[in-house]
Amino acid sequence: MQVPVEGFMYPNEVELQWSVLIVLYPFLTGLVAGAFILASLERVFQVQAVKPTYRLALLTALAFLLVAPLPLQLHLGHPERSFEMYLTPHGSSAMAMFGFVYLWYLLAVLVLEIWLDYRYDIVVLSQTTTGWRRLLYRILTLGSTNISPRALHIDERAGWLITVIGIPSAFLLHGYVGFIFGSVKANPWWSSPLMPVVFLFSAMVSGIAVVMLLYMLLTTMRREPIDMCCVDTVAKYLFYTFIIDFSLEMLDLIHRIYEADESFRSLDFMVHTKLYFSHIVVQILLGTVTPIILLAITQVAKLNDLVRKRIYAVAGCLTLVGIFAMRWNVVIGGQLFSKSFLGYTTYKMGFVTREGLLMAIMLTILPFIFLWILVKLLPPWPEKTLFAKAASAP
Amino acid sequence: MTMTRRQLLILLPAAAVAWDSILASTPEASPNYNMAEHWWAMLIDITKCIGCGSCVRACQLENHVPDGYYRTWVERYHIQDWEMEYPKVDSPEGGKNGFPAAKEAGGKNFFVPKLCNHCADSPCTQVCPVGATFISPDGVVLIDQKYCLGCRYCVQACPYGCRFINPQTKTANKCTLCYHRITKGLTTACCEVCPTGARQLANLKNPNDPIHEFLRTHSVQVLKPQMATHSKCFYYGLDGSVR
Amino acid sequence: MAAISARHSTRSTPFVWNIGMKIFQDAGHLFRVAAVFLVGLIAFLTLRSFLVPRSFGRYGHYRANAITEIAALPVRYAGHQVCEGCHADVLDVKSKGVHKGVACESCHGALAAHADDPGSVTPVKLDTAVLCVRCHQESLAKPKNFPQVNAVEHSGGAACNTCHQPHSPAMNVGVTQ
Repeated sequence: MQVPVEGFMYPNEVELQWSVLIVLYPFLTGLVAGAFILASLERVFQVQAVKPTYRLALLTALAFLLVAPLPLQLHLGHPERSFEMYLTPHGSSAMAMFGFVYLWYLLAVLVLEIWLDYRYDIVVLSQTTTGWRRLLYRILTLGSTNISPRALHIDERAGWLITVIGIPSAFLLHGYVGFIFGSVKANPWWSSPLMPVVFLFSAMVSGIAVVMLLYMLLTTMRREPIDMCCVDTVAKYLFYTFIIDFSLEMLDLIHRIYEADESFRSLDFMVHTKLYFSHIVVQILLGTVTPIILLAITQVAKLNDLVRKRIYAVAGCLTLVGIFAMRWNVVIGGQLFSKSFLGYTTYKMGFVTREGLLMAIMLTILPFIFLWILVKLLPPWPEKTLFAKAASAP
Repeated sequence: MTMTRRQLLILLPAAAVAWDSILASTPEASPNYNMAEHWWAMLIDITKCIGCGSCVRACQLENHVPDGYYRTWVERYHIQDWEMEYPKVDSPEGGKNGFPAAKEAGGKNFFVPKLCNHCADSPCTQVCPVGATFISPDGVVLIDQKYCLGCRYCVQACPYGCRFINPQTKTANKCTLCYHRITKGLTTACCEVCPTGARQLANLKNPNDPIHEFLRTHSVQVLKPQMATHSKCFYYGLDGSVR
Repeated sequence: MAAISARHSTRSTPFVWNIGMKIFQDAGHLFRVAAVFLVGLIAFLTLRSFLVPRSFGRYGHYRANAITEIAALPVRYAGHQVCEGCHADVLDVKSKGVHKGVACESCHGALAAHADDPGSVTPVKLDTAVLCVRCHQESLAKPKNFPQVNAVEHSGGAACNTCHQPHSPAMNVGVTQ
């Protein structure tokens, strides 16, 4: 396959190494980290308004976290050797730490927190359901049906502790993804100490946006009223985080333009040609500036519920598009120029290939299927929480 | 940890046979070769390179390099007067079949052979997640073809564009400094066939190696010194425009 | 937590023992989780001890046997020393001319197979009209002191060995156009 090259590239650089699947990977882990941080707002920072999204945010984080390693696994030349990362992890490799950060976050934080939070429900469900569900819930109880007030109190305290540990863990999970790129000194488009911070804040932005959208969507589908106080608060946090994220990205941009080091001419040309649409148009104008303006309007103007809901929906969708474009521009953009700064290559995305568009679409849909299963098994709706029902009963 | 265990149980039956050879294989080491007595490097004399592409062809043949990928290649530079920051560079098929006649006359023109720099502080071995690429005790950056995942992080980390993924093995690949030759007392394939002696293999641990006299008496440069990779490919006559 | 536990205690067992039992009862499920994790960890460490290649870590964070595997790969270019062992006559001619530094396989190609079995593997006859211009076709980027010609003007496509002896081309013929 002939790849169009402009100028001069080192001959081995013509082929892109990291495909759309590697774009998807930071996008998915970003959603995980962001959703978890939103959940922790209620738990640790006592923001009662966002309580309706607490369990949904946790389940969303889990659904996306389960899918996050799949694009990595699929892009490997030898997926069957990936367990070597656990056998002989290389201490100096940011990527080797993936396995451990991932496992830590999945098992020690997310699964444990969800389990503790749902334990009352699981125990009750294990006694009220029948068939395979009963068996599943019984396994999930781990043989302990103790739901005495004191046991639940202990769960509450343990859950709080795990959330406190979970916040830095979520920061670690996504900060390290930024570090994987930010620490590559050979690549000036990536190499920046701001990279992990930018990744972290964009992760929070996308995670908050996806939980807000899912909450509004699922509540509407269930024909329940949307808790506007909750959505307003979530949107407020989205707005604030977005401003920090945008400031950091602009700081990076201005710094690069002003410093104009040896790579600048090459990167500047790339941003004005091959990356113009995805970087300037989609990421900055459509995916960042527009939602920030929309959210700002809801903060200053007094709008009725319906208008606010619509603005939040549009802003949330644009945010996700913008953050995806940001991942695309980092991962793909960082491979389009030559490390000699003398030329540019082209990314040709396959469709029905192992690393093609179809696979990327399937991997984007998969977390929603996981989420659907999780929501069916562990209903996150506050008014249906068995504990709440029991508490309100005389 | 449950995740790991589950992954392993699924993978084990399929991988067991292949893995056994990885665990146990102990081919005969080269006799009369002591790793501790060597610290390999290469000296490249730009003023002698004629851009014939012999090195590229020999390397491809000796190391079964697939078409379109290069363990070594030759670049041609053309610099018009003082515009050092904007050289015109070409390397058709890595210079494998030589170079067509220059399009522009005048200016400064020269060839630059490239290969893995066998850096002593190599960014590629630093980022390998599993220890599949490493610096051997005699200073050669090698890749364990049976252990490499094909994650491509090393390809991204190399500032010189020396690495690629071999489409047949799906693992990272690059110059081994003809490790299978130099441990048998031969020189590398590229040095063997270079008609003008523009490439010289050198053992920095051998006090009688002519490289020491050369380094003492000539202005020598490495590629991209700002990368601080402790490169062991020393270039004589390297122009400042080369990157 | 101790206070709560004490408040809830109704039995007449010794105080400290009572707290311990109560915590164990009400936090029992946490110990079960810990046990699951522990079993997983032990299983992982056990598997790991079997699966890490035995030569891993002998010299550094890699499989030491990989070095010997790479060193054991077959050679395709025999090296001029091997050629000279049999073709001493060519060496005599070559060592007196300007091509003395050019290794045999630079022109004749990889011939380790021939060196291993000279009887059955014979090198192909070379076409000097193609071979010599690879190096000697004139180019702006070649060093100025390197003998180079415009092959078409120089010989009109005639084979170079009509006039030159490849193993020792005379210097005065080589540079004259």
